[in-house]
Amino acid sequence: MIKKQASIMLMTALIGLATTAAWAKIQLINGAGATFPYPIYSKWFSEYAKAEGSVNFNYQSIGSGGGVKQLSAGTVDFGASDAPMTDLEMQQAKGKVLHFPSVMGGVVPSYNLPGNPKLNFSQAALAGIFLGKIDRWNHALLAKDNPGVTLPDAPIAVVHRSDGSGTTYVFTDFLSKASAEWKSRVGTNKAVSWPVGLGGKGNEGVAGLVKQTPNSIGYLELGYAQHNNLAFGMVQNKEGKFVDCSADTVSSAAASAKIPADFRVSITNAPGADSYPISTFTWILVYQKQENQVTGEALVSFLKWMLSEGQKFAEPLGYAPLPAEVVRMEEDALKQIQIG
Amino acid sequence: MRSSRSRSGNWGDRLFGGASLGFALLILVLVAVLVGELAWNSRLALRAFGPAFLWSQNWDPVQELFGALPFIYGTLATSVVALLISIPLGLGTAIFLVELAPPRVSETISFLVELLAAIPSVIYGLVGLFVVVPWVRTAFCPSVSAALGWIPIFQASPYGVGIFTAGIILAVMIVPFITTVSREVLLMVPRSQREAALALGATHWEMVSTAILPYARSGIAGSIFLALARALGETMAVTMVIGNRPEIRASLFEPGYTMAAVLANEFSEATSDLHLHALIEIGLVLFVITIIVNGLARLLLLKLGRTTEGRS
Repeated sequence: MIKKQASIMLMTALIGLATTAAWAKIQLINGAGATFPYPIYSKWFSEYAKAEGSVNFNYQSIGSGGGVKQLSAGTVDFGASDAPMTDLEMQQAKGKVLHFPSVMGGVVPSYNLPGNPKLNFSQAALAGIFLGKIDRWNHALLAKDNPGVTLPDAPIAVVHRSDGSGTTYVFTDFLSKASAEWKSRVGTNKAVSWPVGLGGKGNEGVAGLVKQTPNSIGYLELGYAQHNNLAFGMVQNKEGKFVDCSADTVSSAAASAKIPADFRVSITNAPGADSYPISTFTWILVYQKQENQVTGEALVSFLKWMLSEGQKFAEPLGYAPLPAEVVRMEEDALKQIQIG
Repeated sequence: MRSSRSRSGNWGDRLFGGASLGFALLILVLVAVLVGELAWNSRLALRAFGPAFLWSQNWDPVQELFGALPFIYGTLATSVVALLISIPLGLGTAIFLVELAPPRVSETISFLVELLAAIPSVIYGLVGLFVVVPWVRTAFCPSVSAALGWIPIFQASPYGVGIFTAGIILAVMIVPFITTVSREVLLMVPRSQREAALALGATHWEMVSTAILPYARSGIAGSIFLALARALGETMAVTMVIGNRPEIRASLFEPGYTMAAVLANEFSEATSDLHLHALIEIGLVLFVITIIVNGLARLLLLKLGRTTEGRS
């Protein structure tokens, strides 16, 4: 009897030890924010957990707005956003927030035309289509950029995102730079008052409507268009060249853009002959002052891994890796993080 | 012995009465808290736009100008279209199941109708997008507007998505509510009612229309309002097929937007406070409209109940 009791006590003690050891070892880091980079973030967090068994990331893709709010309220260890925080948001946060570009993405104009030829879109043409001023496919401006292509004599059905999204932010940011009229009439935001067109929810909603509607055009994330084999056109960049969207051309946009020290920058319509004009960073947001030593150290070592190893995962998932120059700048910026 | 039992019964009764009163009051508190929270969290929009929020047609997150009218219109229009389709369909099915169908057929069909209610709304949305939308675009809309295009609400539109398509999907989603509840109500009509009508020489149709439907009408009205409440609040399926365009157009084939859909679409990425508050005010408006609809339903039921009593 006594022997049995002793063995039970021993067992309980062992189990207790084992669980506390496990709890002490695995550090849980909470983050929340953008949905656009969610596929690569979840890949990163699982790969990183495999390499670095002591850290476990919990990321909620609740949207960029939510990510910024949760970070400001201090309920998460890091935030993620498709748009840099505004000055007002920076003031409302609990301390100084640092922006770290994690990966890049491109947005492509995708269409549904007979035979789906590869089309060229000048900046004026793209803005005109989404403003509703170019309302037929055989418009002179489109015909001029696409010699040799027979464009149908049909009205253009415009499709856009109905949900607020980073993709819309990048696309409208580009249109604001491409057209003064767009800038004054519509502007840049995650959701705007669209002059024309139908709204689809998410990339899949836009792609579904484009596939369903003959003679339609919409905009999609590069990865989504690639994986679903949707036709998309080339877009004229700042130097006047028509550039196809790919990991290389998106990366070159960041390489040739002027990047400020705080990384809060839009790289749409960047200079450079190879730059794809509708490109963007997506950012991880962390406080400069990390109160908790363990969390702070874990975050910094993850960010270092993300900038080196992590970039390899970008291209297969439809994102573009950061150019070497930006990686170097970020590695410098990581030193600003104060731990403890 | 007897007195002690009745005393303990009293104690139990009192406990039971108190507890159920508490639960009932809790519901009231819940509703009050809900309204209070919605109003508090939409205070910026309430202050900025006042009552004009209800009739303004602007929805511009960049300029921060917000108005709810296109969403109110879209919500009501899709629900009305859905009811116009689903009332004859649902009620007709219920009458067939109770009065005409052999028991085995009736059981099978009832089961299948109830199954319709269990399908997740995103599935309805996908079926809508890939089956109903092309059908409306290529077949239904062209033929209807060729015949009736001179009526503004049937003007042609090239899209296929829109108020009417959303109404069709909603109709299929709410038919089970009308059929299932109406069937139960029709089953409860006393046999004597039927026999009396038949004894007076009524045909089958006359029996249904003069003896059964009037007897059951308050229950049938209840089923319709239950279905309406579901239609007003449906989000996912509607947003996939309505086109999500905050505009009021004459034609039912043109795209529109509903209150529930704009909330689902824009809530997670609304970064400015005013945008967020305007969205929550949309929620408040939807809540108030639901209360008004339910209130009207109550009134109608009371009135119907009285006339039915007067008749019988």
